[in-house]
Amino acid sequence: MKRRTFTSVVVGLSLAASMMGTTAIAQDNMRIALVVKALGIGFFEAAAEGAEEAAGELGNVEIIYTGPTDTTAEGQIEVINSLIAQGVDAIAISANDPDAVVPALKKAMDRGITVISWDSGVAEGGRQMHLNPSSTDLIGNTIIKLAADHMPDGGDVAILSASATATNQNAWIEAAEGFLPNYEGVNLVATVYGDDLSDKSYREAQGLMASHPNLKAIIAPTTVGILASCQAVTDAGKIGEINVTGLGLPSEMAGCVDSGATKSFAIWNPIDLGYSATMLAHAIASGAEAAPGAEIPMGRMGSVTLDDTNSAAMSDPFTYDSSNIDQFKSIF
Amino acid sequence: MKRISASRELLLLIAIALLLALIASRFPAFVTPANLAAVFNDTSPLILLAIGQMIVILTKCIDLSVAANLALTGMVVSLINIAAPGLPMVVIVAIAIGFGILLGMINGILVWKLAIPPIVVTLGTMTIFRGVIFLLTEGKWVNSHEMSDAFKAVPRTEIFGLPVLSWIAISAVILFWIVLTRTTLGRSFYAAGGNPNAATYAGINVGRTQFWAFTISGALAGLTGYLWVSRFAVAYVDVAGGFELTVVAACVIGGVSIMGGIGTVLGALLGALFLGIIANALPVVNISPFWQMAISGGAIIIAVVLNAQANRSPGRIILKRAEHAT
Repeated sequence: MKRRTFTSVVVGLSLAASMMGTTAIAQDNMRIALVVKALGIGFFEAAAEGAEEAAGELGNVEIIYTGPTDTTAEGQIEVINSLIAQGVDAIAISANDPDAVVPALKKAMDRGITVISWDSGVAEGGRQMHLNPSSTDLIGNTIIKLAADHMPDGGDVAILSASATATNQNAWIEAAEGFLPNYEGVNLVATVYGDDLSDKSYREAQGLMASHPNLKAIIAPTTVGILASCQAVTDAGKIGEINVTGLGLPSEMAGCVDSGATKSFAIWNPIDLGYSATMLAHAIASGAEAAPGAEIPMGRMGSVTLDDTNSAAMSDPFTYDSSNIDQFKSIF
Repeated sequence: MKRISASRELLLLIAIALLLALIASRFPAFVTPANLAAVFNDTSPLILLAIGQMIVILTKCIDLSVAANLALTGMVVSLINIAAPGLPMVVIVAIAIGFGILLGMINGILVWKLAIPPIVVTLGTMTIFRGVIFLLTEGKWVNSHEMSDAFKAVPRTEIFGLPVLSWIAISAVILFWIVLTRTTLGRSFYAAGGNPNAATYAGINVGRTQFWAFTISGALAGLTGYLWVSRFAVAYVDVAGGFELTVVAACVIGGVSIMGGIGTVLGALLGALFLGIIANALPVVNISPFWQMAISGGAIIIAVVLNAQANRSPGRIILKRAEHAT
């Protein structure tokens, strides 16, 4: 209780100070706050790196990388309030809760602060736009492409998913099946479900190898599945024969890439994500309109077009292979 | 009693043979010796846990914490392996068994000294063990490139054509068959569960017997924990999630009575193999994942019905010698 009173005094004082100084500050430097789910997470540290890169390109931009110490909405609300008090020009947030942070962010927008969400979205009323790392279609296309890239002559591929009822995975697989005709000679022979359990996924991967002797690739759009498949292929001595690919985290996949069981895999690139979020926040704060159908540029990442809910997808998932795995495995 | 259990295991053996024939008709390569050996190897963790679980069930208890014990011990040895990659594997295995024993003893003490129903005790420790893994790692995974090569090699090393993992399961089957049929402790497991009152009059401390049952179950779960994480080369909070129910199912299918006092190592072995064959066969015979669950469930129900029929025999003789004495 005591602390809160103190905080509110500080907030009040700095608010008064910022009101007097806002115009002066805004002219020399645009201050963009990158609010993350929690500090100390490799993924977000990497995003901050991307934000700094964007700031370097833009010139007069200062990045304030901040967030609570644990992944709570309450912590983020305190952070947002203090940012309002500091009079930042833009807030780009990856929210711990889509709804809980809305009132605080509305307050920020009322004060003329640009608010966008990225990675983990905020409900529509609480932000001007949302940047998704990728979209169902882009992911679906990527996972097929990852396999096809290493099969110049085509061949059989199989998908090893999480559970048969997993919403995300089913949407990606459906999209992937839609893109299949674009890849000539690539033949999807089976879709099996490992339930995100190591032992069941391992067994399903063994089953795929047994029932489809000509299998060239296993696509697993789930972290447990891709690791288990990689292990099953390694144990069966089929490294080089069967390529295990899909979606995984660099820190978990480093061993598979080293052994050669996985030639490449994909996941969103946090550096690009932080970069794009900063570029978008800067563009909107500088006057770009965030409305359905609007196209907003984001530097080297091209541009995004907003949909009906003012959200957009950044890009294809980023591909990781032996050339860049060492750089990323310590990040996330 | 002997005749019923013998016929029960014979029945299961016939069921397994029929199952294999059925699978072979759809996918002939399944019944090649090499593939059957692979299936046995894949089922080895289940066999180890089923033996431990069977001993606990014999004493009228149940151990729902086996999978959580496995996951926690697996994580602990993985972390030790990261901290000290040069530690000999014999020490790692000893730590795994020792740590598993410790966790099993916690269950045992609570059941023995505080007389809390075992299902409540192990439901609690199951959650606690998983929680401790999260506290140790904050949800982070231990991945294959962080484990030393020796750590991952143990279960895969082949001796006389079979991986070490299979040999461990075979040794455990023989060891516990001897313990349960030839030692005082083994016989007291049957006595404590078959008729606790009579066992007490015969001078058997039922609580202490249950304590030892949990300890053995813990030791096997700990050992399996190491084998599991090294075989799949990954350790995280949800390793073997829900596996405790598969273990109990293997016991039930193997003719172990949930009421205690009835069950054999051979039964647990066959029950585990039955489930292992189904789990390995369903992916290759191309059946929808929803049917897979229904088939496993159906097998359990049939087994329980058969158990209920078999257990309807009038009266049971716990100690052969006592019968002759009267």
